[in-house]
Amino acid sequence: MHVAIIGNGIAGVTAARWLRKLDDAVQITLISAETEYFFSRTALMYAYMGHMRWEDLMPYEPFFWEKNRIELKKAYVERVLTTEKKLKFGDGTTMPYDKLVLAVGSTWNKFGWPGQDLERVRGMVSAQDLQYLEEHTHEIERGVIVGGGLIGIELAEMLHSRHIPVTILIREPSYWSGALPPEESRMVSRHIRHHGFDLRENTELDTIHDDGSGAAGAVTTKDGERIECQYVGLTAGVHPNIDFLRDADGLELGRGIKVNGFLETSVADVYAIGDCAEIQEPRPGRRPVEAIWYTGRMMGETVAYNVLGRQHAYDPGIWFNSAKFLDLEYQVYGEVPAKGREGLATLYWEHHDGEKAVRINYEESDGTVRGFNLMGIRYRHEVCEKWIRENTHVETVLQNLGLANFDPEFYEEYEEEVVKLYNQQTGNNLQLKQKRGLSAAIRFLRRRGQS
Amino acid sequence: MPSTSTKKSTLQYLGLALFAVALLIFTAMPGIDDYQLTEEALLGPFESELHQEALRMAASQTGVLDQAYETTFGLERALKQTYSNAQFIINRDIDENGVPEGKQRWEVELPDWKFKSEITNWTKTASVGPVVSNPWMWFLLTIGLGALGGLLYIIPKFSAPAGIKHDHIYHNQLTKGLDLSWRTFFVTATVIGVLAYGVSYMDDSYFWPAVTAGIAVLILLLVLIVQRSWGREPRDAGPEGISGYLGIFFGIYLIGFYVLLYWASHHIVAWVHMVDPISRMLSGNGASQWFLYGLMYTFIILVMGVRMISKYRHNKYQMLRTGSVMFFQTAFAFLIPEILVALNKPWYDFKNIWPLDYDFFFGWQLDQFQSAGAVGLFMLFWGILLVIVGVPLMVHLVGKRWYCSWVCGCGGLAETMGDPFRQLSDKSLRAWKFERWIIHGVLVAAVVMTGMTLYSYFGGSSQVLGFETGKVQKWYGFLIGAGFAGVVGTGFYPLMGNRVWCRFGCPLAAYLGLVQRFQSRFRITTNGGQCISCGNCSTYCEMGIDVRHYAQRGQDIVRASCVGCGVCAAVCPRGVLRLENSSEDISERAAAERVIHIREGEEVGIL
Repeated sequence: MHVAIIGNGIAGVTAARWLRKLDDAVQITLISAETEYFFSRTALMYAYMGHMRWEDLMPYEPFFWEKNRIELKKAYVERVLTTEKKLKFGDGTTMPYDKLVLAVGSTWNKFGWPGQDLERVRGMVSAQDLQYLEEHTHEIERGVIVGGGLIGIELAEMLHSRHIPVTILIREPSYWSGALPPEESRMVSRHIRHHGFDLRENTELDTIHDDGSGAAGAVTTKDGERIECQYVGLTAGVHPNIDFLRDADGLELGRGIKVNGFLETSVADVYAIGDCAEIQEPRPGRRPVEAIWYTGRMMGETVAYNVLGRQHAYDPGIWFNSAKFLDLEYQVYGEVPAKGREGLATLYWEHHDGEKAVRINYEESDGTVRGFNLMGIRYRHEVCEKWIRENTHVETVLQNLGLANFDPEFYEEYEEEVVKLYNQQTGNNLQLKQKRGLSAAIRFLRRRGQS
Repeated sequence: MPSTSTKKSTLQYLGLALFAVALLIFTAMPGIDDYQLTEEALLGPFESELHQEALRMAASQTGVLDQAYETTFGLERALKQTYSNAQFIINRDIDENGVPEGKQRWEVELPDWKFKSEITNWTKTASVGPVVSNPWMWFLLTIGLGALGGLLYIIPKFSAPAGIKHDHIYHNQLTKGLDLSWRTFFVTATVIGVLAYGVSYMDDSYFWPAVTAGIAVLILLLVLIVQRSWGREPRDAGPEGISGYLGIFFGIYLIGFYVLLYWASHHIVAWVHMVDPISRMLSGNGASQWFLYGLMYTFIILVMGVRMISKYRHNKYQMLRTGSVMFFQTAFAFLIPEILVALNKPWYDFKNIWPLDYDFFFGWQLDQFQSAGAVGLFMLFWGILLVIVGVPLMVHLVGKRWYCSWVCGCGGLAETMGDPFRQLSDKSLRAWKFERWIIHGVLVAAVVMTGMTLYSYFGGSSQVLGFETGKVQKWYGFLIGAGFAGVVGTGFYPLMGNRVWCRFGCPLAAYLGLVQRFQSRFRITTNGGQCISCGNCSTYCEMGIDVRHYAQRGQDIVRASCVGCGVCAAVCPRGVLRLENSSEDISERAAAERVIHIREGEEVGIL
C-alpha cells in the first residue's frame, strides 16, 4: 500500500512516523513544497533572532528519513485527482496513491483590508515567510503587527530583536483576551508594554498604504491615526490552506476539509489532519478547527491507525496548550474559558510582582476541578490532567497542589499562598500537605483512578 | 537601523575597548623585558663541581653571560648552545678520564631533561626591565584592566529585563562557530600537531605517539564503519566557511596560550613576574606559571561568573550554581592550596578528584602526603574517600552535576567563560558515538596508568609487562593532562563548544557518568506532551545531548554525559524540562516513547 501525505508539518510527519511504527511494509511518501526536511514551525522565530540556525529547527537528522524508509518529495501539489487516486504536481508529473493524508496546514487571515496584498505585508507561518522577512528587514524602520495572538507577539519579538520599533494593533481591550481570562490577559498586556512595545488596544486596522513602490509605507487605524511603517505583519489568526482542493471531486470543504470522527474526508481513502481538518462533530467544548501543534500531533498518530484499518476515533483528550509571551510563560490544562461559564467557580492567585499567576477552575456546585491556567509558573501536565480526568475535588487538589509544581529547583513555591487565598475566600482552613517533588508526583500518577 | 547585533551602551563600548587594550598589552608583554643571566643563576641548580665547571667553560665559549638578550628566543638559543657545549665537555672528560670512582656514568653526565626543567627558571631569573621592576603596574594594566573592562561590559546588562538572552548568538562572528568540515580540519590539525610534538616531548621516541595515533584510527573505523555512521548524513549546520572568524581567532589565541603554558613556559616569564608579588603575599614563594594560570583562571571565572548571573538572573538554579563554581574556584582551587604552602604543607586542592587529578597516586605525591604529617595523611584519606564514597553516593543522590557544574574547576570555566559558546557542541548521533569511545578510552587509560603507578610504587619495579611506568605517566600527562584538557579542552571553546574536555576527555566525568547512567536518581523529566520540538534545549546543551529527541517523545532523560547545568530547562519556552531526583519508575519513564495518544486495549490514552 502506498500512502501519500501532503504536508511535512507536525501532523504529516507524525502520521508518517506512526505509519512506519505500526506497519513495516507500507510505502510512505511525504510531500512538501515548503522545505526538504521537517522543521519545527513554532521555532521559526528563533532562527530569525539568531538563537538557532535553520538546521537546529529540524527535529530529526537527515538520515532519519532514509532509515525509516519515509520517502521525501519536494514538490507542489497542484491538484488532487480523487477519482483516479492521483496527485498532479506543479511540473505536470503525477503520482498514484492508495491512500492520501492531507496535512496541508493553514495560512494567515486577511479580512479585506485595502492594501493587504502589497509587498511587505505578510504573515509568519512558513519558511518562505521567514525568508521574506529576512530579505526585507533592511528596509524596515518601523513594523506594525495586526492582531494579537501567539504569532503576533512572536513576530513583534522578532522585529524587536533587530531593534525595529513595533506597534501592535489589537481589536480587544487587552492582549489575547479572546482566549485568556481578563487578569491574565491584562498581565500579558502589561508585560508587552514593559518590554518596550507600542501596544494599541481597542484599535483596528483600516487601510494599508502604498509607499509608491507597491510596498507598505503606512497604515491608518479605524480611528484615523496614521502610522508610518515599512512592514505589516498580519497575525489575526489563520485559516486552512485548502484553495488548491476546491476542484477535487467529492471532497467536502467548509472552513477546512471536513472530516468525520475517524479523520476520514467525504472521499474514500482520503484523510485530513492538523490545521486543515474541520471536525464535523467536535467534542463538547472543542472547536471544529484547532490549529495548534498538539492536536496536529494527536491527529497524525490517530490517522496512522485509521489508514491501516485499525479504527480509532479521534479524541483530542483534555485540552492543553502553552505559549511564551516574550519572557512570560503560559500553560493551560482543561477548561479555562476567557469569559468564564455559568456555574464555573475560579480561584485566581497573582504574585505581587504581577508576572506570575495560578488560576484553578472548579464547579461551583460540587467542587470538581475543571481547569488550570498558569502564568510564569510551570505545572505538571500529567498531574493536572489526572486531577481533571478523575473529577477530583478542588480541595483535594489544593491540599496536594505541590504535586503539580514543575518550576526548577530552588524556585520559590507559591502553593501555600494559593491555598491561603482559597481559605480566605471560602472561610475554609485547608493546609497544603504536599510540596513540590518528583517521587510523590510519580506515586500519585501510578495510583489507579478512584472514579 | 535594523541590525543583527545586540544593543550596547557607551559604557559597554568603553568596557570592550579597555578589554581590548588589556589584551594587547598582555600579548605584547613577553617581548618587553631583556634577559641577562648571571653566573650564579646559571650554576645554581647544579651541585656537582664537575657540572659547574663544565657550564662555566661552556658559558665563556658562547658568551651567554656577557650580554642581555632582547627576547626569550635569543636567550634560549644561547642557553641551548651553552648546555650542549657543557654536555660535550663532560662527555669528553669522561671519555678521557673515565667515570670517577663509585659512580655510574649517568650520574656524571648532564641529562637533557635537566635543561628542560631549568630553562624557565633561568629565563625568569635573567629577566631585567620594566615588568620585573614594576610588576604591579603590569598586573593592573593587563589582568586588572581586562577585568575592569569586562565588568563595565557586563554590569549594564543587569538593567535589561530578566529573561533568555540569546539574541544574535548565531549572527555574531565570535559565537557562530564552524561547520563540520572546518571543525574536522581544526581537530585533525591539532591532533597531528600534538602527536608530532609528542615525539620530541618523549625524547624522540615514536612509540606512544604511534600507539595513540593507532587508537585514534581505530576509533574512527569503529564509529564510521562498524557503527555505520559513514554515509549517514548527520544534521550539521553552521556558517559558510570562516564567517565565524573572531571565534577562530580566539580559539587559536587560547591554543597558543596553552601551548606556551604547558610546553614553553620560558617564553612567558614576563607574565609570571607580574604576579610574583601576589604569590609572595599568599604563599611566601615566588610565582610559577601554574600560579599565573590559577590566578587568571580564578579572575576569569569570577568576572564571567558575574556575566552568567546577569544573564540568568531570572533563574535561581543558575545563580546558585554559578555562585558555587565561583566560590570553589576561589577558595578551594586557588586560595587554600596557596595558604597550605605558606603553612609548609603540600599544595592540595581538596575538591580535585582522581582520575581527573591523574597524578594523585604518583610516587612523589604519595611520598609528599606521607611526609606532611597528619594533614598529609588526611589529604590522602580524603582523596581516596572522594573516589570510592563521595562520587558514587553524591551521584546517586543528585547526579553528576553536584561536581561537574557546581564544584569542578574545568566545569567552572566552561560554565562561565565558556557559556557564550555552549551552543557549538555537536548534537549529531555520530558525535555521540565518538564521545563514548573516546571518553571511556581515556578512563581506561587513566586506570591502567594508575594501576601501573601503584604496582611500581609498592612493587619497586619500574616496569610493568615490559612498559616503563615513568614513560606511561609522562605520556598521559602530556597527551591527556596537557594536550586534551588544556589545549583542546579550552582552546576549542569557540570551535566546538565549551565542554569538549568534559564531554570527550575527562576520565572523572566518565566515571561519574557511569554511575549517573546506571545508579542514580537524577534525570531530566519531560512535562507530558507540552514539547513543541523547537530545539532550544538541544541547541543550548553544552554536552551535545539531543535533548529534544527525548522531550518530544515525552521521555525522561537519563544520560551519562549530562552535567546538570539546567540550561535546557531554562531556555525551554514551554516549561517542558525539569532537573529532578527520584528513583521512582526511572527506567520505565526513560524508556519508550511516552507521547502516545492511543493505547490499544486501553480506553483512554494520555497526552
